[in-house]
Amino acid sequence: MMNWQAILPLLLIIMIIFVIGMWAGKYVKTTDSFLQEYFLGGRSLGGFVLAMTMVTTYGSASSFLSGPGTAYNEGLAWVLLSMTQLSTGYFVLMILGKKFAIVTRKYKAITIVDFLRDRYQSKWVVILSAMSILIFLFSAMSAQWIGGGRLIQSLTGFSYMTALFIFSISVLVYVVIGGFRAVAITDALQGIIMLIGTLILLIAIIIAGGGVPNIISNLAAENPNLITPFGANADLTPAYVSSFWVLVGVGVVALPQIAVRTMSYKNSKSMHLGIMISTIVVGFIMLNMHLIGVFARPIMPGVEIGDTVMPLVAQQVLPSWLAGIILAAPMAAIMTTVNSLLLLVSSTIVKDIYLNYIEPDAKETKVKGLSMSVTAVIGIIVITMSLNPPDLIIWLNLFSMGGLEAAFIWPIVMGLYWKKGNKYGAIASMITGVGSYIMFESFYPQPFGMHSVVTAIVLAFIAYVSFSLVTGKNRVALEN
Amino acid sequence: MNKPDINQDDFRYKIANKEAIIGIGLVLFNFAWWYGFAYGLGSKDPSEYSYVLGLPAWFFYSCVLGFIVMVILVWIVLKLFFTDIPLDDDEEI
Repeated sequence: MMNWQAILPLLLIIMIIFVIGMWAGKYVKTTDSFLQEYFLGGRSLGGFVLAMTMVTTYGSASSFLSGPGTAYNEGLAWVLLSMTQLSTGYFVLMILGKKFAIVTRKYKAITIVDFLRDRYQSKWVVILSAMSILIFLFSAMSAQWIGGGRLIQSLTGFSYMTALFIFSISVLVYVVIGGFRAVAITDALQGIIMLIGTLILLIAIIIAGGGVPNIISNLAAENPNLITPFGANADLTPAYVSSFWVLVGVGVVALPQIAVRTMSYKNSKSMHLGIMISTIVVGFIMLNMHLIGVFARPIMPGVEIGDTVMPLVAQQVLPSWLAGIILAAPMAAIMTTVNSLLLLVSSTIVKDIYLNYIEPDAKETKVKGLSMSVTAVIGIIVITMSLNPPDLIIWLNLFSMGGLEAAFIWPIVMGLYWKKGNKYGAIASMITGVGSYIMFESFYPQPFGMHSVVTAIVLAFIAYVSFSLVTGKNRVALEN
Repeated sequence: MNKPDINQDDFRYKIANKEAIIGIGLVLFNFAWWYGFAYGLGSKDPSEYSYVLGLPAWFFYSCVLGFIVMVILVWIVLKLFFTDIPLDDDEEI
């Protein structure tokens, strides 16, 4: 069964993306500083592209498909929960902010691990952070990749193998050739699709449902809990919902794929513009897309698999050519996440491991060939695993977001702003953070009624500060 | 390794630190607004809810108006308190 009205818009987007990849590839070919260009786009992003690449990298497929699906089941409470993400729009750029931009330029750092290495001067910090990035992001990427294949499969009617192949080729080609600049610009394009797509769909749903008051009273008639802040079964407590301010709000500063973007902008003017635009865009997309899920309920009751709410409702309320274009939005969301993760994993291997420990003075041409081939090889490994995903990957993916936050938040933030922070604090904080997070998730989920990432981050903070202070004091005592 | 010491004084750090503190202030305000309206107005029985533009009042004030208020606040803060500074050591503004 082929669905041409869905295939054509998809093909169009893939073609545009290829053109962008080729165009960005020119910069990669002519640059005199390959690593800066390939992994950071030559630190030249303007405010608009900066904002869009931050928002789309973050607002990934998981929120794009499962978000509206959960909102469909939980009602307005889930929209409330999703609005905790509004803070990422301004907070990430403000807190890492100019200090991070200045410091990473002084260090000539290209990756997060570069920054940590120069700040802490410790081999163990480098090894631990490179390992966390590889393990968590690799599994996150595989999960997204599988999602991409499934989505194309359901939209077009191709087999999973064919769908996965199309998805992989379209991502790999432009990332391998164009590097960070290609990723950032396709992110911007896909962000625009998401923005306009969710808006059109929301309006169409409101019209189909007979206006907002009508939709709300239908919801309340079905189950009054759907319009309360406590969820369909009245089991979403304020403490639990509030803890998402940490997991998907302020904690996001510590995700390497987000943090690396805060060193890629051109100047402080583009940062200011970026803060403004990303606040508007993230709030707008989150609000629209989760309201779509809630409002779809009275129009289309009885959907059992949450992830299919968005595609189904789009096909019901819109002419099918328009639905085809709009359904490219979740596709776009998956691609933008996968492409940035791919580049980050490859930069970790090339820059943080190979150039640090294996061949520090490799020639420019060799680094170039190596970067592109490592990117391609990782892509191929991920594809192979997506054919038959190992359980370990799926298990690790569950921890990837909270795990990365618990590992990196204090080494990055305190490393920037607290002079006394040292390598012992950083190492202790990473081990405590990741360790306690995995322990809590496995054996004692939701300590104090909150998501376990909150407790893990608090413990990591205590570890960072106490180890830094104690080892700092010992050194002073020794010197005296 | 001869890396520059980032803890050395640099006039730009003062500005950067101030802006980071503003970011924390904004989040705290954002959280208070979001939490206050959502659970302040939303905790009663749904039959007693009042409505704004068809949405339950708690939701409208917390999520819709809260979003608009934050956008305006961010704009004001950027205009009034954020300073243009060079990011490279040798860059001119």
